[in-house]
Amino acid sequence: MANHTNTGNPNVDLAYRRKKNAEEMKHQVISFVLMIALTLVAFFAVGYDEFSHWFSVPFILLLAAVQVAFQLYYFMHMSHKGHEVPALFIYGGVLVAFLTIWAFMTVVWW
Amino acid sequence: MSTVARKKSVIWDYLTTVDHKKIAILYLIAGGFFFLVGGLEALFIRIQLAKPNNDFLVGGLYNQVLTMHGTTMIFLAAMPLIFAMMNAVVPIQIGARDVAFPFLNALGFWLFFFGGVFLNCSWFLGGAPDAGWTSYASLSLESPGHGIDFYVLGLQISGFGTLMGGINFLVTIINMRAPGMTYMRMPMFTWASFVTSALILFAFPPLTVGLVFMMMDRLFGGNFFHPAQGGNTIIWEHLFWIFGHPEVYILVLPAFGIFSEIFATFSKKRLFGYSSMVFATVLIGFLGFMVWAHHMFTTGMGPIANAIFAVATMAIAVPTGIKIFNWLFTMWGGNIRFTTPMLYAVAFIPSFVMGGVTGVMNAAAAADYQYHDSYFVVAHFHYVIVGGVVFALLAGVHYWWPKMFGKMLNEALGKTTFWLFLIGFHLTFFIQHFLGLMGMPRRVFTYLPGQGFETGNLISTVGAFFMAAATIILLVNVIITTAKGKKAEADAWGVGRTLEWAVASPPPEYNFAQTPLVRGLDALWIEKMEGKKGLTPAEPLGDIHMPNSSILPFVISLGLFIAAFGFMYHNQHSWGLFVGIGGLLITLGSMFLRSVIDDHGFHIHKEEIMEAEKGVKA
Repeated sequence: MANHTNTGNPNVDLAYRRKKNAEEMKHQVISFVLMIALTLVAFFAVGYDEFSHWFSVPFILLLAAVQVAFQLYYFMHMSHKGHEVPALFIYGGVLVAFLTIWAFMTVVWW
Repeated sequence: MSTVARKKSVIWDYLTTVDHKKIAILYLIAGGFFFLVGGLEALFIRIQLAKPNNDFLVGGLYNQVLTMHGTTMIFLAAMPLIFAMMNAVVPIQIGARDVAFPFLNALGFWLFFFGGVFLNCSWFLGGAPDAGWTSYASLSLESPGHGIDFYVLGLQISGFGTLMGGINFLVTIINMRAPGMTYMRMPMFTWASFVTSALILFAFPPLTVGLVFMMMDRLFGGNFFHPAQGGNTIIWEHLFWIFGHPEVYILVLPAFGIFSEIFATFSKKRLFGYSSMVFATVLIGFLGFMVWAHHMFTTGMGPIANAIFAVATMAIAVPTGIKIFNWLFTMWGGNIRFTTPMLYAVAFIPSFVMGGVTGVMNAAAAADYQYHDSYFVVAHFHYVIVGGVVFALLAGVHYWWPKMFGKMLNEALGKTTFWLFLIGFHLTFFIQHFLGLMGMPRRVFTYLPGQGFETGNLISTVGAFFMAAATIILLVNVIITTAKGKKAEADAWGVGRTLEWAVASPPPEYNFAQTPLVRGLDALWIEKMEGKKGLTPAEPLGDIHMPNSSILPFVISLGLFIAAFGFMYHNQHSWGLFVGIGGLLITLGSMFLRSVIDDHGFHIHKEEIMEAEKGVKA
């Protein structure tokens, strides 16, 4: 409904859009590098014998969560305007899934 | 009009259509057909139980009929009929020209249709599924023959269709609303469809996973549910009910939406407490995910789990109560007209409240140990599903028939249907509460004389025949109306409030010549109160872009239908695997074609629209 008009129209504010795109590209590259770095850290954490499983498993899960956030917000543009409803549904789904698993872990199967 | 230039036979037109109004009619016909099949199965069940020691349907055959009655009614009758209403009404109610993904819409229908046909093929190919509509793994893994395979594969295919339909309506309602149609101006039926679609999005994946597990176990040597191999049959129960409980709300929320429209329209009043209705709908949707284990109180989860799920379940009574009072207050002081849809709506309130009250009784976990697997439960869920969903569908069919087909259903026959159905419904199911409390178990094909069950069961069977008579009169009504019904106006009931009553009956292909500007809740009513004939347009008259029709949705679904047969028989016949892979190739091939062929649709030109609109006005 709302902002369907003119998006993708190359004639509007060319200079502004160029600058915006360049900035966008910079973010993409930074997050891409960060994600590769995080993946390497994860491999390292698993491979390094000094870390116990009690550290490395939660640690790589945390890294995974950070990566998902990077994916969604930088690669899939959720940081942009107009993504409120997808965000609502993603977090709604996460909440429902979390509550279900939580119920299993606490009251159904213990 | 340009459709004349692209003239096709009616059958080809419907096989290839991507128009939401025609897909609604397809859903209505297919869902209506399966409703008749499921109804026939219900009659057979009631005939068998009419007297003790009856031998009309014995043992295994009774199990098959019972299973297929439940499965057909939920998945193949209620769901598609809900989708029929949603397709017919929602896009027009929000001022859109079609759903967001018309091709996907057609694909969703054909997947449902072929899944349903596949499931019913079981009758002719060695026996239907026989483990109940819940198909608990401890029963279904032991079931001989291919019955359960038909259930698993058929529901998987039709489930894909439902999931697609749900996603399609979410995107449609979020993105395709006309200018001015804010969320809090959406008609209640659109809101209900929106929340229902969200429930479909989150509830169907667990079913898909459960069905995949079951398919692996039955057809491909898996061990997810085999206790002897380290599996666990309870996993199926959890997966099924994590889907199954939201499914109940998937069915009943649109029913609430339909009644909300009808109460407001025929009380000639704005819906009372609109914002609290929206709030209650969303809350019911959310809570629906938190209560699945109340179907499993007797599986031995322990007192803490039972207590928590009992309390969560009872909490749902609160938003539902809000809705009931809002409907009552909508009628209070209104200028009420008792048309057929309104009769259903008024009868729905006490009927549904009874089902709700027995629901709270069942939710009390300790008491549920007594009710569990007795006819009390059967009475309870028929009160909510028939008293809620089926009443709503019958009301919705009468209410929107003129919009869908351009002719008014006969009111006298409609009211006859209503009274017969209402009486039959209460006759059938009210007594079952007491049969259950007296100890009659559900899903058992007979009972002995002298246990006090005879009279109750006979009354119940008589009631079922009343409902059958009501259905026959409805069919007669449809035939008479189609042959020589009164032509319907755009505002068929004369008191329409929402946008669908502003377009011709039936609406033109493009719905709105000009996208309307929505200036508040009950958009059409606002315009009428200001003395205007039509809606305020939000755009100048121009060419309208339309999608091309396509046979591919039909072919994609047909491919899966063939593949399902192949994989089902691959353990016994060497051709099975080839047929299975061949079917999948048909599906993937047509998906490939869809991806590579550029299809830009076509335009209906301004001149054609002006001419068509002139014809309507004159």
